[in-house]
Amino acid sequence: MIDIIIVGAGPAGLSAAIYTARAGKKALVFESYTYGGQIVNTPEIENYPGIKNISGFDYATGLYEQATGLGAEVKFEKVLSVDKKEDGKGFIVKTGKNSYEAKAVILATGAKNRHLGIDKEEALTGRGISYCATCDGAFYRGKDVAVNGGGNTAIEDAMFLSNYCSKVYVIHRREGFRAENETLESLRKKENVEFVLNASITSILGEDRLSGIEVTDKNSGEKKEIKIDGLFIAIGQEPDNKDFEELVDLDKGGYIIAGENCRTKTEGIYTAGDCRTKDVRQLVTAASDGAIAALAACSFIDA
Amino acid sequence: MAALQITEEQFEAEVLKSDKPVLVDFWAIWCGPCKMLSPIVDQIADEVPEIKVVGINVDEAMTLATEQAITNIPCLILYENGKEVRRSVGFQPKDTLKEWIKG
Repeated sequence: MIDIIIVGAGPAGLSAAIYTARAGKKALVFESYTYGGQIVNTPEIENYPGIKNISGFDYATGLYEQATGLGAEVKFEKVLSVDKKEDGKGFIVKTGKNSYEAKAVILATGAKNRHLGIDKEEALTGRGISYCATCDGAFYRGKDVAVNGGGNTAIEDAMFLSNYCSKVYVIHRREGFRAENETLESLRKKENVEFVLNASITSILGEDRLSGIEVTDKNSGEKKEIKIDGLFIAIGQEPDNKDFEELVDLDKGGYIIAGENCRTKTEGIYTAGDCRTKDVRQLVTAASDGAIAALAACSFIDA
Repeated sequence: MAALQITEEQFEAEVLKSDKPVLVDFWAIWCGPCKMLSPIVDQIADEVPEIKVVGINVDEAMTLATEQAITNIPCLILYENGKEVRRSVGFQPKDTLKEWIKG
C-alpha cells in the first residue's frame, strides 16, 4: 500500500510530496493535466518570499524536479474516485487507468479558470478570446485588447499586455481592485491602459474572430461597444471537487471545507491549496498547506 | 527522436509537401504551457510513427503564424496533403493528444 496519495501536482500537491518524501514515506501524486497547475501561466512571480523574480514555468519545474528528485512519484492519470477500504484501513483511489491503495490521501485539486459563461465565448476561444495573456499576448502586438477581472492575474495580465498592445482596456465590475497595490499603481501610470469600472461584459461580438465586446455599466445600465482584437478573461477560478463529495464536505462554491490544519471531515483525508476553503489563495499559502497536510498525514499513518 | 524544429522557410517543403500527415507544434519561449506541451510533443514523435512531428518557434516565424491565423499558443495543427485538417489551442495531456491526433 502506498503511504500517501496526493491528488494534483500543483504547488500544494508537490509541496506535500516533498514533505512526505523527506519524512521517509512514499508519495504518489496524480495529475490529470500538467504539473504546476495555474502558476504555469504566470510570466513573473515577484511575491514569493525568498525569490525576487521567477517565471511560473521555472517555479513549477523546480518544484517538480525537487519532489521527484526526493523520490516522490508523479503519474499523469486522472483520479476519478476516492473510497474508504472495506476494512477501514486505508483508501482506494481509482484513476482512468488503474486502482491504487493508500493509507492517507491529500486532495490538492486546485481550481480552473472561471469562464464568463456568455454566448460565443467557447466558439471564439483561440480566435481572440484567451485565458492566458502570457501565451497569447505577443500576437496582439500593436492591437487593442481588453482584460476582464480585478485580481492580481487580471492586473498582471494587463501590465504584460500593455508592453505589446497599442491599447489595453481593463474591465472590472467594481470600483476597487483586489489586486496588489504595487502592480495596480504601475498599471495606472501606463498611458495606453484605460480602466472601465463598474462594468461587466454582456456580449461578445464577432463571427470567425473576436471583433469587440459590449459592456454594461452596472449603475446606469448604459451599454457601450468596445472594438478589440483580443479579450483576456481573468475573473477568478472555480474548484472541481464533486467526485469527492462522499468523503469531504463542500461549501457553496464547491471548495472542500477545511481549516488551517488541512483536515477534512474524514480521518486520513486531508486537503491543501486553492481547492479548500480559505481567504488567501497564493503560491505561498498553497505550499504551506502542502507541508501541513503532509505532516498531518504522516502523523496519522504513524499513530 | 524529438520533434523536428523547422523555420518558416522550411514549412512548405517539410509540412505542406510531406507525404505523411504532419503535426506542427507552434510555440514560443515566453509561453509557459508551450514549454509544458513541447516535451509531450517530442514523445509523440517517438510513439506515433505514422505521423511526422515538427515544431516552429513563432517568434521567428511571425509571417507564417499570421498566414496560418495563429493568435493563441500553444497551437497544434495537423496537416495532411498540404491542408490543415484540424487544430487545437492550449495544453493537452499525452493520452488526450493521441486521441485527438487519431480524430
